[in-house]
Amino acid sequence: MSTTATRVIVTGDESSRKTLLRKRRPEEVGRPGLRRRERRETLTGYGFLIPWLIGFVGLTVGPMIYSLYLSFTRYDIFSDPTWIGLDNYIRLFTDDPNFIQSSQITLIYVLVGTPITLAAALGVAMLLNFRDKGSGFFRSAFYAPSLIGASVSVAIVWRAMFSNDGPVDSSLSFFGIDLGGWVGNPDLAVPMMILLAVWMFGATMVIFLAGLKQIPKELYEAAEMDGAGAFHRFRAVTLPMLSPVIFFNLLLGLIGAFQVFASAYIISNGSGGPAGMTNYITLYLYKRGFSDGQMGYAAAMAWVLLIVVAVIAFILFRTQRSWVHYSGDTR
Amino acid sequence: MTTSSFSEAALVQVENQVDPDPKETARPRRVKRKTWQTVIWLVALLAVTAVVLYPLLWLFLSTFKPNSEFGSNMGLLPENFTLENYVKVSEGIAGVPMWRFFANSLLIAVVSVIGTVLSSALAAYAFARVHFKGLGVLFAAMIGTLLLPFHVLIIPQYILFNRLELVDTFIPLLLPKFLATEAFFVFLLVQFIRQMPRDMDEAARIDGAGHVRIFWSIILPLIKPALITCAIFSFIWAWNDFLGPLLYLTSPENYPLPIALRLYNDQSSTSDFGATVTASFLALLPVLLFFLVFQRFLVDGVATQGLKG
Repeated sequence: MSTTATRVIVTGDESSRKTLLRKRRPEEVGRPGLRRRERRETLTGYGFLIPWLIGFVGLTVGPMIYSLYLSFTRYDIFSDPTWIGLDNYIRLFTDDPNFIQSSQITLIYVLVGTPITLAAALGVAMLLNFRDKGSGFFRSAFYAPSLIGASVSVAIVWRAMFSNDGPVDSSLSFFGIDLGGWVGNPDLAVPMMILLAVWMFGATMVIFLAGLKQIPKELYEAAEMDGAGAFHRFRAVTLPMLSPVIFFNLLLGLIGAFQVFASAYIISNGSGGPAGMTNYITLYLYKRGFSDGQMGYAAAMAWVLLIVVAVIAFILFRTQRSWVHYSGDTR
Repeated sequence: MTTSSFSEAALVQVENQVDPDPKETARPRRVKRKTWQTVIWLVALLAVTAVVLYPLLWLFLSTFKPNSEFGSNMGLLPENFTLENYVKVSEGIAGVPMWRFFANSLLIAVVSVIGTVLSSALAAYAFARVHFKGLGVLFAAMIGTLLLPFHVLIIPQYILFNRLELVDTFIPLLLPKFLATEAFFVFLLVQFIRQMPRDMDEAARIDGAGHVRIFWSIILPLIKPALITCAIFSFIWAWNDFLGPLLYLTSPENYPLPIALRLYNDQSSTSDFGATVTASFLALLPVLLFFLVFQRFLVDGVATQGLKG
């Protein structure tokens, strides 16, 4: 993304951060009578922030700390939590094959689905960028699924699409590929869910398209003059110039994919089946916490997940230096 | 960003119109190649469109299939056109009429929009225009919540609302909206306010206006397009939300559409698929209409702010 704040999130870039959090202007510093005005300014600032602050403390930070505490307890919401130390965490990793399987399929879904979605989004964005006339319609049409894809309605449609003799099955049969229904088939449940994620490529595509439009045309002309073919131009111009946007989409895509819930719930009727292959970590957490009343155990699961997401984000931020190019301010 | 990308798009269009490539007229062969390229381009995009829109078209046309046709005819067109699904769905499920689910969804979505827009605009103004102590730290914290997965919060938040005996009311769904917990909207508005020229605030300040006055009479009118984008997104997100109502609403007369759909999906997936499909379509319809009307705002909001669907 080219916007300053996004660049701060994505890069932690110091100079952008300074423009973002503009400091007091120098002529205001050290003038007498200013302290009172400054104090009033601070008071006003917090006045505007009251709703957000209440939400931040009461619904985000407080609950996070409380859930960290709960993760060391046994708690069924009816009786008081009992401190059991690290037992929940030990049980997660040594005595719960469902959790291991759930983590595996979630990781496969996230780490395979997100790159495929990004590739599809980039491909179509480049296709749209090829011509300006007429591309507006397609841009909107392709965007629509991202808006509704996580809804219950679409999950119901998706299940019908991939059912036995459904549209997908019958078109594949036409080409001689007989897979039967995907919904009840443990081997095909994960691909089916990944295809749903890919179907929602539109939002990512729109962001890519905005990025592509900002690449200066002269770069392509110069590359062409040097005799670079289409593939070489893609490797030497498009990818590096687009790498900040790719990084942004990858980061948000990975974090978003971890949170898949409604589609898995509806497609499996809340069971996570077939054979646990749609039992994504959010669904498993929901079942443990709210159906089985193991709130402490579910809280431990949530914290493991938070740490995994944080580690993935950290790795992305650490590796970006080697592949993300920020070419000053080209705007 | 929004304004500049608007003008950029306009510029590109103007250039296309007034500046036909001079080489084209000179070399007819090149024209031919260009036409072919355009045809291939169009065919490729139409193919993608077909794949992307097929499920939605299927959903729409399937609402006219009699229940007995599902299973034998999973294709696009109904063999025996019928409206019986709509009649059945209008009667509702679990003793609750359909309009009730619609009304619940609408109430939740509309109140969510009001809460989100108000609280996010207030927070965004503070982050963008007031120079208070602790601005840097709090802004970083707000950005941090943008990347926080929600799983960590659902259990403790549920316990909190359960203790307050607010389960099975709309309050757990609506209260967070009034506290600007959706950082995306705050972020989007901060971005937008920062682009606004400061001259008008300065002029107002010299005339003796305080922050409240500047916020209300200058900034809010200026950022109307961004507020509309926020409103549309928060409406659609609230309308489609599944996990929130699933956790907090227990009695069927409080259900919004997505949870009502789950009832259809659970109870009658084999026996009455016609009604399930039709209810799904009706639940999606307002969002699709919203999209058709406001697609410019939505798609440009995504393009400029990186806001996902």
